[in-house]
Amino acid sequence: MTGGSVYLHIAVAAGVTYLVRMLPFALLRREVRQPFMRSFLHYVPYVTLSVMTFPAILHATEHVASGAIGFGVALVLAYLGRSLVTVALAASVAVFLAERLLGV
Amino acid sequence: MRDGIPIFLGYAAVSFSFGILAKKAGLTPFQATLMSGTNLTSAGQFAALGAIASAAPYLETAALQLVINLRYSLMSCALSQKLDARLPFRHRFFMASGVTDEIFGVSVSGDGKLSPFYFYGLMVAAWPGWVLGTLLGVVAGNAMPASLLSALGIALYGMFIAIVVPPARKNGVIAGLVVLSMLASALFGWLPVLRDISAGLKTILLTVLLAGLAAFFFPLKEGGGE
Repeated sequence: MTGGSVYLHIAVAAGVTYLVRMLPFALLRREVRQPFMRSFLHYVPYVTLSVMTFPAILHATEHVASGAIGFGVALVLAYLGRSLVTVALAASVAVFLAERLLGV
Repeated sequence: MRDGIPIFLGYAAVSFSFGILAKKAGLTPFQATLMSGTNLTSAGQFAALGAIASAAPYLETAALQLVINLRYSLMSCALSQKLDARLPFRHRFFMASGVTDEIFGVSVSGDGKLSPFYFYGLMVAAWPGWVLGTLLGVVAGNAMPASLLSALGIALYGMFIAIVVPPARKNGVIAGLVVLSMLASALFGWLPVLRDISAGLKTILLTVLLAGLAAFFFPLKEGGGE
């Protein structure tokens, strides 16, 4: 993989991302009415984020077990309604502690 | 701008994690920082890393960004309702580049019309936090012990979970969808044929399929504004 292709990826990603954000802003004065599209757009983020999180989260750390623990901690805190920062940091701390205990 | 401080801190922490992952994927510090500077999306950038690492075709990266960031279209729609109709076009252009989950969350909860300058204030807090964190993550990643790297590596996923779980708690359909998505995602990783599909393609396929099914069987009730 050459260096050039990475920049092209970045450019493509940035371009598409910007267009995706911009077009509705600039063009749409009213809400999306069409029921199916509205529902679809509503559900998309939940599917995308969930798919990307699991099972990848288990492999994000040195050991699957600590990944699982971090996953559990994040779930609990998110369920309790904690902020984004709190959940993210708490999960990190949990992983750190877990790995100490597991001797990884 | 004051409201943006939590966003700044949060982004710095999460983008640090992104920086670490970017380095793992083989990006140079400049490339990773450039990516954060131009994209400003956690989910999108992270998914793009998967595409880059597997040397996927550009079309896949584009499609991936389109699907993942589609929610920003919806946010833009919602935010556009709060804008004064007389707002000069150029403001719309600039504000568009800053639509992210957190900024959206803070902006949409305010009363009355949304001032572009308030929005810019949030962006001024968020953008440097995001970019700086990435830079530190990529550069310092090498100098840190593996244990810290491992712990921080999970921060990004923690954020995704924090975004997804609270609504799931309130809504059974979403809860079911989240669980189903995770199971399907895991399934793709294990089954012989599906396992060969790249991460990016998997995300696109599952998103379109599952969100489509959800929209079909559980359409949103009419009359409620988003």
